[in-house]
Amino acid sequence: MSEGHSTYSPKTGLGRWFDARMPLPRLVYDSFVAYPVPRNLNYMWTFGGILSIMLVSQIITGIVLAMHYVSDTSLAFGSVEKIMRDVNSGWLLRYMHSNGASFFFIAVYLHIFRGLYYGSYKAPRELLWVLGCIIYLLMMATGFMGYVLPWGQMSFWGATVITGFFTAIPLVGDWIQQLLLGGFAVDNPTLNRFFALHYLLPFMIAGVVVLHVWALHVTGQNNPTGIEVKSKTDTVAFTPYATIKDAFAMVVFLLVFAYFIFYMPNYLGHPDNYTVADPLKTPAHIVPEWYFLPFYAILRAVTFNIGPIDSKLGGVLAMFGAIAMLFILPWLDTSKVRSAVYRPWYKLFFWLFAANAIFLGWLGSKPAEGWYIPAMQISTLFYFAFFLVVLPVLGLIETPRRLPNSITEAVLEKNKAGSGHPAGAAAAPETKG
Amino acid sequence: MSASDETHDPNRRDFLYIATGMAGVVGAASVAWPFIDQMRPDASTLALASVEVDVSSLTPGMSLTVKWRGKPVFIRNRTPEEVKAAQDVKLEDLKDPLARNANLGSDATAADIDRSAGKGKENWLVMIGVCTHLGCIPLGQQGEYGGWFCPCHGSVYDTAGRIRQGPAPENMAVPVFSFISDTKIRVG
Repeated sequence: MSEGHSTYSPKTGLGRWFDARMPLPRLVYDSFVAYPVPRNLNYMWTFGGILSIMLVSQIITGIVLAMHYVSDTSLAFGSVEKIMRDVNSGWLLRYMHSNGASFFFIAVYLHIFRGLYYGSYKAPRELLWVLGCIIYLLMMATGFMGYVLPWGQMSFWGATVITGFFTAIPLVGDWIQQLLLGGFAVDNPTLNRFFALHYLLPFMIAGVVVLHVWALHVTGQNNPTGIEVKSKTDTVAFTPYATIKDAFAMVVFLLVFAYFIFYMPNYLGHPDNYTVADPLKTPAHIVPEWYFLPFYAILRAVTFNIGPIDSKLGGVLAMFGAIAMLFILPWLDTSKVRSAVYRPWYKLFFWLFAANAIFLGWLGSKPAEGWYIPAMQISTLFYFAFFLVVLPVLGLIETPRRLPNSITEAVLEKNKAGSGHPAGAAAAPETKG
Repeated sequence: MSASDETHDPNRRDFLYIATGMAGVVGAASVAWPFIDQMRPDASTLALASVEVDVSSLTPGMSLTVKWRGKPVFIRNRTPEEVKAAQDVKLEDLKDPLARNANLGSDATAADIDRSAGKGKENWLVMIGVCTHLGCIPLGQQGEYGGWFCPCHGSVYDTAGRIRQGPAPENMAVPVFSFISDTKIRVG
């Protein structure tokens, strides 16, 4: 949707001076003021902005926490408790940071499911989607290493289990694990390098976010109809329309975030992590943070050998394969229609997939015993079948509903259907003809 | 510069091109290596003092856990029943048929005698108490076989520390160790 030409004209002498030398104001104006966005974007399109402020919030609280934290196995746990009790406002900053990680993931999951529902990953937005997947991977690495830093029982054993994945690799697995740990078990070298990397990765995320936004501004946003923008009447200016909508959604999101920080700051954490790490005692039941649970269930679903692949390598491959599915998704979906709004069968399978993902997450929090194991296996099977069978086949056999000719037509049709409320039309600028 | 101009002095230009490229590749690789190498276990981690353990207080049915290389080592004086149960298992019933005993060849089978401290010391079992699945510490004298049970992902080991059920692929490893006297074991 980049119209190719800029409408920015500096009003002041200083503005013209800058524009001739380094046109940063022009870039900002073209990207966030005059930039045309589809007029029918709903609130599911506000999570990009929410994720941006969550990243900034995590970086700022993280830098401040790093001023009080010590990455030494004998001091780390104590330094975190010191932040909680002695450092002025330390408790607030740490709760903002630890709950911020969770809310970052809540927002990113809603953002991902939005993309899945409305087919935002389809041509020409494949690269935009893949860049998003890279950000998600970096987020997982950052979240995992951040959870190790307080040096509690879950920190230590989570690190042990996750670095243990690499020992499943034939021949070089043990070497790679020792390279990651800097020793034969999780210890001081591990904690130090995780701290350094935990500090680095958010800035790499910020770098990929720039590429993600760049790619977005080349192709333009998808929208609930999945139809490309065809004329000027299909769009509104980013400012004020999208800016205000994003800002309002941020306020609501931050209210929920604040509720967790102030009223249930440990709800998303695990009590075992308030016990200092003990390398000689494994907690009765190791669970990762909630946002890894679906993948943890997939890891544990493989309890059998598959030919030459033993169950351990099989589980690790299934887990990484589950993430790899997201990367190749744009080339698995054969349907030309983007939005689930016009795909009755896809809509059904999408909601089944979403329910299955939540069920996998719930299973991930349960011990690997009894009926949980076959449930994990069936759920894992459906997870992969959605990508490898449902998406390719559905595009070939499904009859989509009739698509409107344009975004404007879709909006006006919807408005006509609800014409009993003329006041509503005045409050909804996107429906003005 | 047109294509015909480039043919004037191909030798010098090609030489500079290839030499610069090669210097770049070799240079990048040799600069990259120390950055990877520094991540490997350092000298202080590798300087493993072996641990000497007094086991005179261990009567049959008692265990001791010592820390070696940052990992727990289980030393167990097994009861005659436990030894008998382990000896009675047929090799073909085992998920991992190898001894995984650092004191023996890598092809030694997982018969109980090769898992234990050997002839005359069949009651002694010394092994790294780390589940071969993802590195948790199994709980002793639990699980279906009265051996070890890993609470993380449900691997079950028998009284010789051999994997019997669950996702772990191998028997628990037996480290290099020796009896330096009747009541003292050196691990490492």
